[in-house]
Amino acid sequence: MAMLQQQQQRRDRIRLMLLLTPGLLWLVLFFALPLVIIVIYSFMTNDALGRVVYQPTLDNYITIFTQSLYINAYWRSIWTSVLTTVICLLLGYPLALFIARSPQQWRMPLLMLILIPFWTNFLVRIYAWQIILANNGLLNGLLEFIGIGRLSLINNEGATLIGLIYGELPFMVLPLYAAIDRFDFTLMEAAADLGASKVQAFLRIMLPMTMPGVVAGSVLVFIPTLGQFVVSELLGGAKVDYLGNLIQRLFLRANPINWPLGSAMAVLMMIVLLVLIMLYFRATTEEER
Amino acid sequence: MIKTAPAATTLARARGVFAEGRLTWSGLVLTIFSILIYLFLYAPIVILVIFSFTRDEFGVRWTGFTLDWYIRLFNNPRMMGAAWNTLVVASVSTVVSTIIGTLLAMAMERYRFRGRGAMEGLIYLPIVVPEIVMAVALLAFSAIAFDLIKLVTGETLRRNLTTVTIGHIAFSISFVVVVVRTSLKNFDRRLEEAAADLGADSWNIFWRITFPLILPGIIGGALLAFTLSLDDFIISLFLSGPGTSLLPVEVYNRVRRAVTPEINAISTLMLLLSMVLVALSQLLQRRR
Repeated sequence: MAMLQQQQQRRDRIRLMLLLTPGLLWLVLFFALPLVIIVIYSFMTNDALGRVVYQPTLDNYITIFTQSLYINAYWRSIWTSVLTTVICLLLGYPLALFIARSPQQWRMPLLMLILIPFWTNFLVRIYAWQIILANNGLLNGLLEFIGIGRLSLINNEGATLIGLIYGELPFMVLPLYAAIDRFDFTLMEAAADLGASKVQAFLRIMLPMTMPGVVAGSVLVFIPTLGQFVVSELLGGAKVDYLGNLIQRLFLRANPINWPLGSAMAVLMMIVLLVLIMLYFRATTEEER
Repeated sequence: MIKTAPAATTLARARGVFAEGRLTWSGLVLTIFSILIYLFLYAPIVILVIFSFTRDEFGVRWTGFTLDWYIRLFNNPRMMGAAWNTLVVASVSTVVSTIIGTLLAMAMERYRFRGRGAMEGLIYLPIVVPEIVMAVALLAFSAIAFDLIKLVTGETLRRNLTTVTIGHIAFSISFVVVVVRTSLKNFDRRLEEAAADLGADSWNIFWRITFPLILPGIIGGALLAFTLSLDDFIISLFLSGPGTSLLPVEVYNRVRRAVTPEINAISTLMLLLSMVLVALSQLLQRRR
């Protein structure tokens, strides 16, 4: 009996190894190890040809903190990401509420309509705005037609913001819908019966109870926005540098390329992201109490 | 991803906006607001599609209907090559990440073992790490790996479709695990116990009970992996080498130079493909 059990245990362990090994290997080799490499690179320096020189230094980080080009990119990216997240939340919450409160047979189709842009190539969706905002584009044609005349709508930070909100909105709506759909709306009636106003009931019952959706949506919007470079290039006209633009340039196009500095920027971006998300989690869970 | 509400709460909620058949003021405002958001979401896409049929060479004015841009697109070897590359990379990436992801999901859902928490972190980290960080990390890694290979074998390697595929698999695995784990969670394990009681061995139990029941989840994960790979731009840009361009990278390079309706045409086709994939995943979900 004991031997049988031992045999079973050994078989279980072998099975677990077979299940785990391919995934563990892939993620360690092609995800964790590369991250370790850029952390190491961030403390190195480079030569005139853009090759990495293995000579430990803190110069990259000092450069980032002391040169306005770099430090400003951090502030600009953080500010733009916060703005994008807040606006997506303000647009997405009512929309998710609308879907969750629609008659049952409409909910799936309405949600599908959110899913289609979510599954559509991000680049294609951003490109679509070029057609609308371009100087000889659709919106300017319309403005001219109604007598306002042409305006410069593209190649500015406003256009970047529109593109980001447009691109990320579906990521906000989906988790919000999931949270609101689980919310028991009879609680709102109970609150009203007890004399709470609609605003009070929303702030003290519905918002805290749908907070997991708010948090998930915000994180899903914030992360890609912080590192974006496509939108600011295609709609913003690459006039000002966001974090993503600088990192991309340092790795691919600068002359000479500077991987150590680019790595330091990427590592610092990860740290900023972790700190901000942790602060956000703490703030939102405290609200719940 | 989306679960339908149980029947009891459905009734309570159906009263929502259209309470007892009449529209409340707040409901009306909410409805108008939502319609405007849907317009905001769809206007650009609709315009993009319409202008893939315009004769205007800048693609921003309607000067008559034509299919020229599609014909030109199909005769453009660069674009067609990029489209083919994209499909090959997406297919390989989907197969590999679905297999690896499903195995991982089984391990995480069915076993307790030391280091499980760390494994959990390793699986979910790729979802929260910004793609550009993953891209530059993989770029640096590939450079070092190529140097090492040259040192050992003397062979000079370049970034190509393989490096892109490896990157796509690395970020797709996590999403597959999330989707497959959901279907394993909803799984009634008594079915497996019943089969074991009836004398089935574990191989038979897996292929005849477990696998068919979690198959919708696996297909859902595979579809997600496929779309993620099709849509990916950042990792594709950093990891593809010269002459091995992928569709999103090709579109990006062309948009930066000049806008032509040919890009609208390829975008429309990509849009069509996404819609087919959404429809497929929804059909599968309904069957579940």
